[in-house]
Amino acid sequence: MNLALSDEQEFLREAARGALSRHKTVEAAREALEDPAKLPDLWPVAVEAGWPGLLIGEEHGGAGLDVFDAMLVAEECGRVLAPVPLLGLVPATALLDAVGDESLPAVAGGEMRPVYLPARPPSDLEAAWTVEPEAGLRRAQAPRVSGEGEAVTVEGRVWFVPDAPGADLLVAVGESEDGAPVAAVIEAAGEGVSIEPVVRYDATRSLGHVTLDGARGRRLDVGAEELADAWYVAQALIAAESIGAVQTCLDVSVQYAKDRFTFGRAIGSYQAIKHELTEVLRRLENARGLGYYAGWARRGKPEEFPLAASAARSAAGHALDFAARSMINVHGGIGATWEHDAPLFFRRAQLSRRLLGGTEDATDRVAAETLRSAGAVA
Amino acid sequence: MDLNDTPEQARYRARVRAWLEQHRDEAPPRAGSAEDSAYIDARRAWQRRLAEGGLAGVTWPKEYGGQGLGPIEQVTVNQELAAAGVPGILDVIGIGMLGPCIIAHGSEEQKSRYLGPMLHGDEVWCQLFSEPAAGSDLAAVQTRARQNEDGTWSLSGQKVWTTNAQFASFGLLLARTDPDVPKHKGLTMFIVPMDAEGVTVRGLRQISGEAEFNEVFFDDVRLPAENVVGGVGNGWGTALTVLMFERLTIGFGSESFGSPARLAEAVAGDEAARADTEVRRRLGEIITEMTAVRFNGYRALTQLQRGQIPGPEAGLAKVTMVNAGIAAMDLAVDVIGPEALEAESQWSYLTSFLPGLKSAGGTEQILRNTIGERVLGLPPEPRLDKGVPFSELRAREKEAVAS
Repeated sequence: MNLALSDEQEFLREAARGALSRHKTVEAAREALEDPAKLPDLWPVAVEAGWPGLLIGEEHGGAGLDVFDAMLVAEECGRVLAPVPLLGLVPATALLDAVGDESLPAVAGGEMRPVYLPARPPSDLEAAWTVEPEAGLRRAQAPRVSGEGEAVTVEGRVWFVPDAPGADLLVAVGESEDGAPVAAVIEAAGEGVSIEPVVRYDATRSLGHVTLDGARGRRLDVGAEELADAWYVAQALIAAESIGAVQTCLDVSVQYAKDRFTFGRAIGSYQAIKHELTEVLRRLENARGLGYYAGWARRGKPEEFPLAASAARSAAGHALDFAARSMINVHGGIGATWEHDAPLFFRRAQLSRRLLGGTEDATDRVAAETLRSAGAVA
Repeated sequence: MDLNDTPEQARYRARVRAWLEQHRDEAPPRAGSAEDSAYIDARRAWQRRLAEGGLAGVTWPKEYGGQGLGPIEQVTVNQELAAAGVPGILDVIGIGMLGPCIIAHGSEEQKSRYLGPMLHGDEVWCQLFSEPAAGSDLAAVQTRARQNEDGTWSLSGQKVWTTNAQFASFGLLLARTDPDVPKHKGLTMFIVPMDAEGVTVRGLRQISGEAEFNEVFFDDVRLPAENVVGGVGNGWGTALTVLMFERLTIGFGSESFGSPARLAEAVAGDEAARADTEVRRRLGEIITEMTAVRFNGYRALTQLQRGQIPGPEAGLAKVTMVNAGIAAMDLAVDVIGPEALEAESQWSYLTSFLPGLKSAGGTEQILRNTIGERVLGLPPEPRLDKGVPFSELRAREKEAVAS
């Protein structure tokens, strides 16, 4: 039994924290709301640190690490709202690495940035692979992939793709005519590809509406299992990023509760405040425990990875919703002003819970996985 | 990171499993009533077999009949007992909490007299701490022990929520020996023979109608001087040792409250429930919370294995588990309907049992205070009892209620 970070993982985390600390990312998150040009370009930081190749095998120039390690970096990014494009990058590299794709050395070296076009795998309630819709609760059909051999043509739209603007390669997940899931690598600059950059509420989150209009790509030789894995890798990453953000919400709120006095004593001495902050801690610790589960399960117990990643996403998403609101509450009126950091974490929470299927979809996946195992037992 | 056994742990697990394979037929059922003396006798006998097999007192030092092993081995034993479908030791409170306190604070005579029979189930123990007016504020106990001229003590007062008192041989009791000093200072821990003259045990029926706990009354009970544990006036420190072991016991036991598998089966067995968005959302949240507790338990275990004592944040696991358990019962009963509340139903029993569990081992509010202060470093609420002699405090309380 050993559910703790290794020395190497501690080092990776410290290094990420150090690298990000040289940029005023939280300040930039506020400024970028009015002037997007104020957002720092952290891609050189990521390349310098070797993050593009975290999941890529050493034989292809990567670090040969696992999703758990990428989650540690994502957590550090979440702590300071750093706009590092991990959500788009890491699931894409998981798919590329699964087949030893030719693009790997360039991707690992940071010369080519891939982005994952997320498609949710089927469940007991929905037989199709689906993508984020433009609006509404009905999910959109995944892109249609046609062509028999390696060369394929992709047709369809995927909305709200994290980190799509500026990507070099698209790793699209779609369905072939017979409904089988297929992945294709598409050059972002190629014909039939258009990426419309969008920013919604959280200026640190780069999103894109991707249109594939007869875009040419090459088929990736991966099966449904790897494609589902990529979706859950994305869930685990957004969970980790949220855990980092919750930690900051808690730290800042606790400090304020010690420093701010009313009626002759620190507000943190009142149970109303103390219990609310303890609730943030409880949710944070639960999310962290599940993050460990997800990080461990992907290699240690792959059949449980969908459950683990979904549970981590659900717990971390709910924790961030709670922590961001709590941060505003504990600070009182000042917490709801433009100058304060609390609204930036609130913005992060508001957008995150609606991306990649949304927090509640992850909760539903936990139920689906639980019912599946219970059904198998019964 | 690895959740699997090391080769050494795997060998230990194999030994435990082999022993259980050989002896499981001698075991009584896992569940039975505390009011059924035949069942309790069978559980005592089984505890003796477990002790002989080295599966009781796993973490106790060898010199007191234990195995001198660590928390990992204890958890391994718990897991294998559950897998074999047999009950564990009867005296969880004695072996898990009170024995370790006697090992830490007791005299050599006390250790050699009490620990052996405790381990073998010959003498079951109970914890005599809580009182009607001292629960969250445990240091407010009023049960009074006065020293007589011959050095013996006379004990009078009342304890409550006492598990196993109806068949216990001894109790570890926290009493006030000096009311004229501040409340944490005037306390002393005693060993009380439950068959002593003046001890009365009464069952305390709960929501379910069963009496799993007791009230215990002491009417001028005589205790010899050598029954003091840890020194006169040191009762609070001695009690804290028990509470620390209680935290460990509850922390590692909390997996069992919720029965996620049974909840999942109840929902999976109902076609309409299985596809109901609201039922699924509730199920997903409950399973998420329960799974988090399981993995935080593994994190705590890793800490223990490295020689670190889990902090008060372990109390968060209890808060999560009890609330998730309550939500689970509500969901199961919502799905099944009124039939789930039939008297003999498993859901009915848990529905009745869980509300009280919220207060067991520290109420949720007290746990949140402790964690807020010790883990987050938030300042405590101002206290009106600090430095005030207990007798004066009582007088003030009476005055405040009267006015």
